[in-house]
Amino acid sequence: MINNDKHADLLQTAKQLRWQAGQNFHDQLMEDIYAEAARLADRSVTRPDEKPRFDLDRTIDQIVTHPRWGFLLMILLFTLVFWITISGANVPSGWLATLFLDMGHPWLKEMSALIGLPWWLDGVLIDGMYLATAWVISVMLPPMAIFFPLFTLLEDFGYLPRVAFNLDNIFKKSGAHGKQALSMMMGFGCNAAGVIATRIIDSPRERLIAIITNNFALCNGRWPTQILVASLFLGTLVPAYLAGFASAMAVVGVALLGVFLTFAISWGLSRTMLQGEVSTFSLELPPYRPPRVWQTIYTSLIDRTIFVLWRAIVFALPAGAVIWLAANGTIGGISIAEHMIAFLDPIGWFLGLNGIILVAYIVAIPANEIVIPTILMLIVLSTSMGDAGAGTGVMFELESGAETLSLLQNGGWTTLTAINLMIFSLIHNPCSTTIYTIYKETGSKKWTLVASLLPLALGFVVTFFVAQIWYLFAG
Amino acid sequence: MKLDDQKQTPLPCESCPVHHAGNLMKLGVDMTDWDFVVALAGNPNTGKSTVFNALTGLRQHTGNWPGKTVGRAEGGFDYDAHRYKIVDLPGTYSLLSTSYDEEIARDFILFGQPDVTVIVVDATRLERNLNLVLQVLQITDRAVVALNLMDEARRHHLEVDDHRLARDLGVPVVPMAARHGEGIDLLLKAISDVANGRTVCRPRRIQIESPAVQQAVTQLEAELHDRFPNLPNSRWVALRLLDGDVQIAEAIRSGELGNLNRAETVSQAAEVAQS
Repeated sequence: MINNDKHADLLQTAKQLRWQAGQNFHDQLMEDIYAEAARLADRSVTRPDEKPRFDLDRTIDQIVTHPRWGFLLMILLFTLVFWITISGANVPSGWLATLFLDMGHPWLKEMSALIGLPWWLDGVLIDGMYLATAWVISVMLPPMAIFFPLFTLLEDFGYLPRVAFNLDNIFKKSGAHGKQALSMMMGFGCNAAGVIATRIIDSPRERLIAIITNNFALCNGRWPTQILVASLFLGTLVPAYLAGFASAMAVVGVALLGVFLTFAISWGLSRTMLQGEVSTFSLELPPYRPPRVWQTIYTSLIDRTIFVLWRAIVFALPAGAVIWLAANGTIGGISIAEHMIAFLDPIGWFLGLNGIILVAYIVAIPANEIVIPTILMLIVLSTSMGDAGAGTGVMFELESGAETLSLLQNGGWTTLTAINLMIFSLIHNPCSTTIYTIYKETGSKKWTLVASLLPLALGFVVTFFVAQIWYLFAG
Repeated sequence: MKLDDQKQTPLPCESCPVHHAGNLMKLGVDMTDWDFVVALAGNPNTGKSTVFNALTGLRQHTGNWPGKTVGRAEGGFDYDAHRYKIVDLPGTYSLLSTSYDEEIARDFILFGQPDVTVIVVDATRLERNLNLVLQVLQITDRAVVALNLMDEARRHHLEVDDHRLARDLGVPVVPMAARHGEGIDLLLKAISDVANGRTVCRPRRIQIESPAVQQAVTQLEAELHDRFPNLPNSRWVALRLLDGDVQIAEAIRSGELGNLNRAETVSQAAEVAQS
């Protein structure tokens, strides 16, 4: 086309003029822009005449980004958040359990008897779907309603970029991008969101590392599992007045293990499958802003707590039905669920877990949130502690943590089971939403597969070794 | 008390007839039949998402860390009988280098041809923020500067002369504290004035010091102007070509830049037809 030729000669002219403009044209242009910006800013901004006063922001930064104290403060701060969450969630959890389980469930049973619902429909609806959902709400709502606002307050205050700043150096040494600290932070909320947040990383190599390792940031679907198991098993190992602190430390320990794994796996990937240069970037430490407490609490309740809870409920409803059907559908006189548990039990033993936990993790692939409710339902079923009149597979109604503990101990749980469940909860395949997000973001089946199976394999290896060492020393 | 302070000294605008944010209707994600497109640009962490939320009524999560907005968010609002579609661009420090974020922001301002580009600026870090403002003003001459975080500036005892800044930049400057809803009404007014052509911007162009470069720019700009008489930013395109910007060269080769003129004339024709 003639038009095209014309443009080609325009580009030719431009090329020639570039020689005239000189080699450092780009730098010169930048300098001109900066000089202009400085001149304009200087003209319209009046700084206070007094000498630079005590600068609060800078003083805080000197402490929170201190090479040594910064890390200590970071760990202390997150421990404090978990401690508040753990010790604050117990009481409201008990209330909700009383309301939904002790009062709601018998009432619904009476209603269904009144209108003469067939036993199987009554079972699927009330003993399956209703109870699973009620469990999800009473186990998850209180810790989330405390944890998310606290986390969001830290975020609004401006603390997260400081965490990224502290971690940047380690990420660089692992061969990963410093901005991965930010996507990891998002992952502590939700891994699917964390995977999307890796878009801030420009280099595809470093982005893949960030995507694959995001799963090691403990997401909010897994926090409740950690918090519950830690406070039930590990909290009881120490005197009562230390229980809250010890469980908080255990949860922080698992979260830190996740951070450590993020570094270790990033390091491994950047030396094997994803070799390449580390890119540099500049990270701005934004000014501290007093968070607007009420608004933060409101939005984090709406945006995060209710959102996550809703997702959990949506998955808990069908899962409850499936569990009930598996518990009541029989093959050769034994229920399907018992077949699965019996089949997976030996594998579970090797991993320091048990068949029930493994079945729960298969049921919970769509949402990690329902792991604990599923485990409780399956234990009641397999240890035949269910209410005889209600059919098997009814979740036990638990009024207190002590009862949950005794139920789990009757199911053969030991401290090892608790520790390995916490480890496995951290290190296993991402939930299906995250897997789908990884596929959408990478557009590659291969990397989606790596991101899904690598953590699962690692989880098997780690729990296996912990279990074998435990068996060796503790018998 | 801070709150009492604010009550004692009401903003002069509150008694002024311009103050009618009541005409704002937040439309959320409803962007049908828009009359104008507004782009929201700015450095990271200046409160773009807060402004976006205040205008659309959406609750795009805002966070105090750079890079919160990935990709771009869109929403709608209705003000003074016109419907606006607003696009929240990712926060960037410049439009010159080639990171993914900067590319999205630049491409939208250049090829998306928004009717108004709102540049959200951190009043406490004006110098660094003006770098981006100056760059945006090379691309478009329909812009409004939202001088945000004025509350922070007051806290640090900084005085920012928004009138002076507006004169220097050649575009409207609106002081704001979007977190507290302060200045939203004035921003709406400024957007609508620029969109409807009631305010004509004369944006500041970058002064080039080196005579050799100046001559090259002038020559190339003249050639561009001959070829694409309707191009609103031939000088900027010339600068990009001299900088060896492959994307812009490609846009010229493919005729995409040429199409920009046509789009411009089409929308002008549509405006004529409407009135």
